[in-house]
Amino acid sequence: MTKSSFTNVQSEYLAVIDHAKCIRCKRCIQNCGWGTYSFGGDKIIADHSKCVACGRCYTYCPEGAISILKNPTVMRENGNWQDYHIKNIWRQSESGGIAISGMGTPLKYKKYFDHILLDACQVTNPPIDPLREPMELKTFLGKKPSKIELDFNEDGQPVLKNKMPPQIELATPFMFAPMSYGSISLNAQKAMALAARALGIVMNIGEGGLHDELVPFGKNIIVQVASGRFGVNRDYLNSGAAVEIKIGQGAKPGIGGHLPGEKIGADISRTRMIPAGTDAISPAPHHDIYSIEDLRQLIYAIKEAINYEKPVSVKVAAVHNIAAIVSGVVRAGADIVYIDGFSGGTGAAPTIVRDNVGIPIEIALAQVDQRLREEGIRNEASLIAAGSIRSSADAVKAIALGADAVAIGTAALITMGCHVCGKCHTGNCSWGITTQRPELTRRLDPEEYGEKLYNLINAWSHEMKEVLGAMGVNSIESLRGSKERLRGIELTDSELKALGIKHAGM
Amino acid sequence: MLRLKNNFSIEHDIAGCGLCGIINIKKIRTNGEDIKKAIALEHDRGNGLGGGFAVYGCYPEYSELYAFHVMYDDLVAKEATEEYFKNNFVIEKQESIPIFKTSKINDHPILQRYFMKPKSDREDRLFSELKDDDFVVKSVMLINSDYDGAYVFSSGKNMGAFKGVGYPEDIADFYMLDNVEGYMWTAHNRFPTNTPGWWGGAHPFTLLDWSIVHNGEISSYGINKRYLEMFKYNLALKTDTEVIAYILDLLIRKHGLPVEMAMNVLAAPFYQTIDKMEPEQKELYTALRQIYGSALLNGPFAIIFGYPDGMVALNDRIKLRPLVAGTKGDFTYIASEEASIREICSSPDVVWSPKAGEPIIIKTVKTNAKTAINTENISQKQRLIIS
Repeated sequence: MTKSSFTNVQSEYLAVIDHAKCIRCKRCIQNCGWGTYSFGGDKIIADHSKCVACGRCYTYCPEGAISILKNPTVMRENGNWQDYHIKNIWRQSESGGIAISGMGTPLKYKKYFDHILLDACQVTNPPIDPLREPMELKTFLGKKPSKIELDFNEDGQPVLKNKMPPQIELATPFMFAPMSYGSISLNAQKAMALAARALGIVMNIGEGGLHDELVPFGKNIIVQVASGRFGVNRDYLNSGAAVEIKIGQGAKPGIGGHLPGEKIGADISRTRMIPAGTDAISPAPHHDIYSIEDLRQLIYAIKEAINYEKPVSVKVAAVHNIAAIVSGVVRAGADIVYIDGFSGGTGAAPTIVRDNVGIPIEIALAQVDQRLREEGIRNEASLIAAGSIRSSADAVKAIALGADAVAIGTAALITMGCHVCGKCHTGNCSWGITTQRPELTRRLDPEEYGEKLYNLINAWSHEMKEVLGAMGVNSIESLRGSKERLRGIELTDSELKALGIKHAGM
Repeated sequence: MLRLKNNFSIEHDIAGCGLCGIINIKKIRTNGEDIKKAIALEHDRGNGLGGGFAVYGCYPEYSELYAFHVMYDDLVAKEATEEYFKNNFVIEKQESIPIFKTSKINDHPILQRYFMKPKSDREDRLFSELKDDDFVVKSVMLINSDYDGAYVFSSGKNMGAFKGVGYPEDIADFYMLDNVEGYMWTAHNRFPTNTPGWWGGAHPFTLLDWSIVHNGEISSYGINKRYLEMFKYNLALKTDTEVIAYILDLLIRKHGLPVEMAMNVLAAPFYQTIDKMEPEQKELYTALRQIYGSALLNGPFAIIFGYPDGMVALNDRIKLRPLVAGTKGDFTYIASEEASIREICSSPDVVWSPKAGEPIIIKTVKTNAKTAINTENISQKQRLIIS
């Protein structure tokens, strides 16, 4: 079938240039990864159809001559047949393929964090001023025994009988979510590594292997084993603070990954340990894990390889039966379970999956925490919550709902300039984040953005301390799982029950 | 109807309070006059809606039996509960708790006490091997949660709690505590803000031989409760004090922690302190926090914890509630206010204010040993020697 040169899909945005202000410096042409701009002899010309509103051009226009506008051309309004549906039909009728998207779902599902309010002290118990009193955020991730075992030395003083199982120590209960080299640039990974080291937290390199330049950051890195097993060997497993088995991802539960061969250059080929130019395919399942007992074997195979010296984490997507799944994962020997919620980000996912599969992290987390407590095994593993943690408030609420720590992915990318345009899968990221094009990646300075990431987590940690102080507690473990400090607003009885919290005023 | 249980639509009880404790380390018994005098001085710390006492060494003739003190709303509740006792316990003696009808306490539940031990062939032996202590705990929880109008407020050996709605000095008269003798006394004056007129809510709270009087609000109540539920504790009363008693039961009785270490869980040292410790100690205290983080009591509190071998006074980690200690000879006094101590002991040997989060542990000694109150670990700064 011949492809029509005309498309029904109109440009979503208009890149409008004020030619009176423009000094023809052509910086916009250079900065745009999408090829929106060109020079037409005497002035800059914009091809609106290419603009994704990533914000790079106007940020770097020295004259403020560029405005990105939403295309005012209307489509006939229809509450049922919305633009979103109609445009996808047109696009797919042209491409004949699966619609692919980047980032978390942009659809307006109910965000439960926005319907939860926090408690504070008044009169009967005093709030604590975090500027005057110590306020502890230190967090340890890993299996904890249910009781302490003591010996007594010759002076009759108690000493530990057994060494504690391995733990990851976090100075503040944040970490950077797994994002692989390939899906993002090495410079983006380096920025997170620098920040993680300065903050005393960890980053996660995702499934794309460990680049040589990140090896020195091992203490602040979680290495991942996913279904593609890229870059996995004994040294790799031993090079980080922990090993994570990736089963699923919040943005695309049940779906694997596909990094096209044209993106597999020499560097990525070496890091992933696959031939250059071949597609890097992560199968939907691990082909050695078709059930929970297989997961147990992989967990213990890894523990053997790392001599039981580091915790093993398992990352799962929040799906309907998540509580039972996590209970199984914990019983299979995971020391940490990373739960990725419905609105979590991705480098690329089928739009149908991203926008329709899974459940929100708030509910998944509350259910998992409750289930593990009912089974008396909450101490057996730490829980990490992820899936669009947008602020320190979201983080505080997640911890009160039962998380030991939260992971941020999209928020970290936004720190590096990302405007959430959702086109990560195209490899044209003008900010140098989700691209491997050298002229784009080199503009992301790891030190500059490492410092911004440091600032962000530092600021959020201070906010967390303020809230803890207002609640009258001076340690994060007194908030963890303390749902009594949460109240719901505008929630139904079923929603409150699923979250395990009371309505405001109760 | 009198409220024995927490039927208020609240998650947990909020109250301010006054505390006193007296211990004689040689286990010489005294009657309740001093403790009444001391707590009466703290009259204004309560509002007349809860007062109570715990006394150790009060039932020497039944020292091998569990002494159950039970409140009943009505005779139906009494009958049902006694049926349970008959089926599961050998009851050595049962009687009304002696009371003196005073005009200050004009409304009270039926108050009974039972001296008994679990039957060796009790029903649960068919399917479990619970020890006697565990069975008693289970029975107390069962009655307090499932038996309407019945509430067990004391279940230890050779000790008892006496409590109710009223000012503590009136409660002392009501229970005629000048006729009761013990080597250790604790007292409580309550200022509840959201659960008025609740007999079950008065302190002390006891379980087996543990007793707690507590001034404060546990801001970490939510997670402490959920943590205990993991170990099958049923928090029927929804009070902070209940949480403390159960955490101590878990740590000391079930997990075998020394008393001092259990206190280091309730008021854990800050990491900034732990990081300065010697490696072996650092490892121990880090592990303690890692394992028992959910048992950390956060928020303002001062508690006096009684157990057969002694008494422990403890403040929260940043001392948000008052607590003063004093000694005189074989006696140690703990109170919310120094004036209470001086009310009954005009010239104490030492008076000091315990540091935030550092427990004061006073253990009884065998009667032939020398007087051994160790005041050496009181820091010089805090020490206020009275000549």
